[in-house]
Amino acid sequence: MVVLKKNDLKVWQRRDRKAQFKIWASWLFGAAIFMWSWQQISEVTTWFFVWDAPRIAADIGSRAMPPRWEYLSTLWRPLWDTLNIATLGTVLALLMAVPIAFMAARNTTPSTLFVRPFALLVIVSTRSINSLIWALLLVAIIGPGVFAGLIAIGIRSIGFCAKLLYEAIEEIDYTQVEAITATGASRWQVMTYGIVPQIMPAFAGIAIFRWDINLRESTVLGLVGAGGIGLQLQGSLNTLAWSQVSLILVVILAAVVVSEAVSAKARGAII
Amino acid sequence: MSSNLELKLGQAWSKPPFIKSPVLRWTLVICVLLYLVAAFSSIEVNWSRVYDGLEHGWRFVLAFASPDLSSRATDIREGLIESAVITMASTAVGIALSVPIGLGAANNISILPVYLLCRGIITFSRALNEIVLAILLVAIFGFGPLAGFLTLSFATIGFLSKLLAEEIENIDKIQAEAVRSTGATWLQRFDYGIFPQVLPRLIGLSMYRLDINFRESAVLGLVGAGGIGATLNTAFDRYEFDTAAAILLVIIGTVMVLEYLSGIVRFKMR
Repeated sequence: MVVLKKNDLKVWQRRDRKAQFKIWASWLFGAAIFMWSWQQISEVTTWFFVWDAPRIAADIGSRAMPPRWEYLSTLWRPLWDTLNIATLGTVLALLMAVPIAFMAARNTTPSTLFVRPFALLVIVSTRSINSLIWALLLVAIIGPGVFAGLIAIGIRSIGFCAKLLYEAIEEIDYTQVEAITATGASRWQVMTYGIVPQIMPAFAGIAIFRWDINLRESTVLGLVGAGGIGLQLQGSLNTLAWSQVSLILVVILAAVVVSEAVSAKARGAII
Repeated sequence: MSSNLELKLGQAWSKPPFIKSPVLRWTLVICVLLYLVAAFSSIEVNWSRVYDGLEHGWRFVLAFASPDLSSRATDIREGLIESAVITMASTAVGIALSVPIGLGAANNISILPVYLLCRGIITFSRALNEIVLAILLVAIFGFGPLAGFLTLSFATIGFLSKLLAEEIENIDKIQAEAVRSTGATWLQRFDYGIFPQVLPRLIGLSMYRLDINFRESAVLGLVGAGGIGATLNTAFDRYEFDTAAAILLVIIGTVMVLEYLSGIVRFKMR
C-alpha cells in the first residue's frame, strides 16, 4: 500500500511516484505518436473537400434515394455467383486446410522439424493477406471472373481454417486415441476412429463460421474484377449511378443478415 | 439390452453415421449434390486463358524468390509509413470512442435508452463492410488517408466496444459493490471498481485490433483510401511482379512482427 504523508495526514495513493510517472510517460508517448500520425494524415488531406463533405454527402444521398428497384432483376445472377464463390471457396479451403492442420498440430505432424514449420508458414502467409489482394493477384494471373474469386476466397481461408482446426486437434482427449491404438489399429485407422470423431464438431463449426465471413468478403471481390455482386457495384460506382449503388448496398446487407441467420441456425443444430 | 446384444452378435461393427436420421442424411446429401452441380455448371472457366495465365503465375512465384525492394523503394516506404500512420491513428481514435460506447452497451451498468443506442451503433458498424464504407468515404472526403482513417476508426468501434461490453457484463460484481459502499462517485466506481477488471482484456483486444487494422489498411489503398495497398495496386497494374512480391513479403513480415508483439503484450498483461 502506498501512503503519502501530507502535514502528518496519511493519504492513500493508488501507485507510488515511480509507477505513476511511468504511466504518465507512456500516455505522453502515445499522445505524441497519435499527434504525429494525425499530422501526417492532415498534411496530405485536401481540407477544402472535407469542409465540403456535408454538402457532397447530402448530394449523394439525394441521388441515392430512392433505390432503383427495377435494377433488382439484373442482380439475381451476380448474387448467385457471390453465393457460389463463398460456398465453393469454403469447400476448397477446407479440402486444403485439413492436411495442413494435421501437419501443423504437434501431436499428429509427421515431423516437427521440417513439416510443421512449413505448415505454419502456409497458415501465416495465407492469413495475413486479405482476400481482395489475393483476388487482385489471381485476376492478373488467370483472368477476371468467378473462378478467380473462388480461388482467392479458397486460398485466403486456408490459414484461418487450418489454424482453428490444428488447435482443436492439439486439444483432443488422448485416452481415446490410446484406446484405439491398443486394439492394434494402423496409423490411418487411429486417425479416422480416434481423432476425426473428436474434431468433427469443431470442424463443422469452423466451416460454418468461415462460410459466413466468406459471404461478406465475396460481395466486394468484384471491385477488382473477380465476379459476384461487387462487379455490379463497381460498374454503378463508375457511372455514378447512385440509386443503383444504394440498391446494391441494400441487397448486400440483406445477404449478410440472411447468412448470419443461416449460420446461427446451423451452428445451433450442430452444437 | 441383452437381446439387443444378441442381435448384433456375429455382425461386423460399422461406424455410426454423423447424422443419425437417415431421411435427413440423404436429403442433405442430395441437396448438396444438386447445389454442387448447379454451382459448377454456372461457373464459366476460360481454361485456355487460365493456361496462358499459369505462365504469369509461375513468374509471380519466381518473383518471391527474388523480390525487388530497391527499384520502387521510396514508394514502398511512403506507402508503408502511410499504412502505419492510418493504423495507429485509427486504432487510437477507435479505442477512445469504443470505451464510452462499450460502457453504454453493457447491460449491467447502462440504462435502457443508452444501451439501445450503443447497441445500435455497434450493429451498424459491424454490418457495414469496410471496403464498401471506404468507397463511400472516398467519394465524400476525396482520395487519401483521411478516408481510410475514418473507415478503420468506425470499424474498430464495432469490434472493440462489442467485446468490451461483453467483458464488462462478466465482471465480478462484488468488487464494484465494495468500491460503491465506500461512497465513491460514479466516476470513481468506474475507475476503481470496473476498469481494473477489464483493463488487461482491453489492452489485449486493442493490440489485436491494431494487428487487424494494419492488415485492412493494406487493402484500403485499392479503393483509393491511402496506404500500401495503392502501391501494391500500381505494381500489379504494371505487371511488376517482383515489386508486388516484395510488398506482399513486407506486409506478411509486418503482420508477423505485430502478431508476435501483441502475443507478448497479451501474455504479460495476464
